[in-house]
Amino acid sequence: MSIDFIIAAIITVVGLTTPILLAGLGELVVEKAGVLNLGVEGMMLMGAISGFGVTVMTFNPWLGVLGAAVGGSASSMIFAFLVLQLNSNQVATGLALTIFGTGLSSLIGLSFVGRIVAPFNTFFPASLARDPILKVFFGYSPLVYFALIMVPLVAWFLKSTRGGLILRAVGENDHSAHSLGYSVIGVRYAAIAFGGAMAGIGGAYFSMVITPMWAERMTAGRGWIALALVVFASWRTGRLLVGAYFFGILMALELYAKAAGFSFMPSQFWAAMPYLMTVIVLALISARKGAATNAPACLGKPFTA
Amino acid sequence: MRIKLEKRPEPSRLMIFVTPLLSVLLTMIIGIIVFDAMGISGFKAVVDIFLTPLLQSYKWQDVAVKAAPLIIIALGLSIGNRAEVWNIGAEGQYIIGALCAAGVGIAAGTSGGILVIVAMILAGIAGGTAWASAPALLKTRFNVNEILSSLMLTYVALQVLGYLVGGPWKDPNGRNFPATAPLQPDQALPILFPGTTVHLGVLIALILPFVFWLIMARSVFGYQIRVVGSAPNAARHGGFDAKQTIWLSLLISGGMAGLAGALEFAGALKTINLGFPSGYGFTAIIVAFLGRLHPIGCLIAGIVLAVTYVGGQVAQTTVHIPNSTAGIFQAMMLFFILASDIFVRYRVRFVSSAKPSAAPVAGE
Repeated sequence: MSIDFIIAAIITVVGLTTPILLAGLGELVVEKAGVLNLGVEGMMLMGAISGFGVTVMTFNPWLGVLGAAVGGSASSMIFAFLVLQLNSNQVATGLALTIFGTGLSSLIGLSFVGRIVAPFNTFFPASLARDPILKVFFGYSPLVYFALIMVPLVAWFLKSTRGGLILRAVGENDHSAHSLGYSVIGVRYAAIAFGGAMAGIGGAYFSMVITPMWAERMTAGRGWIALALVVFASWRTGRLLVGAYFFGILMALELYAKAAGFSFMPSQFWAAMPYLMTVIVLALISARKGAATNAPACLGKPFTA
Repeated sequence: MRIKLEKRPEPSRLMIFVTPLLSVLLTMIIGIIVFDAMGISGFKAVVDIFLTPLLQSYKWQDVAVKAAPLIIIALGLSIGNRAEVWNIGAEGQYIIGALCAAGVGIAAGTSGGILVIVAMILAGIAGGTAWASAPALLKTRFNVNEILSSLMLTYVALQVLGYLVGGPWKDPNGRNFPATAPLQPDQALPILFPGTTVHLGVLIALILPFVFWLIMARSVFGYQIRVVGSAPNAARHGGFDAKQTIWLSLLISGGMAGLAGALEFAGALKTINLGFPSGYGFTAIIVAFLGRLHPIGCLIAGIVLAVTYVGGQVAQTTVHIPNSTAGIFQAMMLFFILASDIFVRYRVRFVSSAKPSAAPVAGE
């Protein structure tokens, strides 16, 4: 194995990991606040088309990222209104959001099919980003660094700030938080909006960095992997980072196995691998004693004052 | 004015019936507004999507054939959803069911007849059940969230399909196109009305809701499902085993999805290619909720959703809206039905927000 190969492999893994890391971080915060939003896939698609659309119209990828965050967040507000204000079933409402986001992004995307933007894939000067060795540190999209910075930031917020304490209180015991005078609904709105923004940016990674163009359903189920990631991480930020890279490596294996033409197994076997491994890993994680006890106590339960 | 919610002692029966109708109506109204805003004739689009398939009799067979799998899958899902067991991998079980039926068809070679057809249907049910048994085992044995495991297995099922139709089961006479060889005429489901596409599966989809209704209303099993969903603690005290409920919910919904897949293959398409997975397994979730998790409701809601599929294609040619629009309408219906749950469970009162003591008194 040459050094070039290793560097190329690392870059592939980082690219595959970033969208699920972004979306997973968002969902982790949402679930810490006691809400289960299964609409991640739909919000990612809304983010993917919003980010792409804004970039096409403004030629400014930074505005595109902002657009992706707004797109993901705005679509999450439908979910938030239904589950928080009308106490609707969170599982079904999240599914509805995924179906809705898939359809609406396709409709909006029609006018952007065939358009291409400059890939949003460098941040550091070319002398660093193009260097055959140093590119392994400096050759990524700004979104990669953003995701990596958000991991300690979210961990710090949840663990060490007053806001994070309130958010966790709302997720662990909504009635106590309410009787202490905190707005359970308000905190959950904020968490869902954050989750939507992160999923949106994660989706934009597909349309602005990887391809960079728009295609229907381009997130290809990664939103669901992000959801599995949160369970995998047992709602811990550090473990989410490890899990995201574990899944990233699995998905990279698929690409490399296909490219290398591993003939002892059909290519579909490698394509199914990340999903099969997700199930197996979830089984290993969930079977451990006390795994479920780390879930926020109010996860998925409606709050009525 | 302030809106106040009062919990009803009993869910409102009137609202259970009225809210699905209102959800469909509201979806149509919003559709008109949104399309007009997009510069498309909204009224024409909504009429084409929701009414044309019902008004033009030559569209009825399309509606019937599309409704059949939706109804059958939704029947199974509504059982699980009542017990709060979430099988969202019906699409995968549907695919595996169809593949198992196709496997029987291939094994049968040129022989056909009633035995082969029955074997295909049973293989479909068995395949769907087996695919759903994995999430059931993982949930009861390892406590794995069934939402995630059933959905992950859908992606695996897609790859199994891709492998089989592109490899061992590829039609040797198919000009290298990844698809199974078409069924022999005497291997396919019989057509109910000559000259139409309405196959035996449509009749099965019409009968099954009544069978499920009887089971849910009259049997201990139906009672168990209802109690486990609405009052898990009471169910435990009543001696109903939660694990058994999980198993039954998943196996029944998996078997139904597998049956739907087998019927769709043997009745409507007669071949399986990469385009076989059409999202019925996901749309059936909407059908189950729009039908209020009631077997007869699923029948009606399945027809409504099938109308939007057929109507979506009509509108595609008449007002040139994309195919994905039907999905938006379907999701909107689900949003409205979920939102309207509040009227079932709560009484909405408008109360004056001004407190009497705070109101300024005249002549002070």
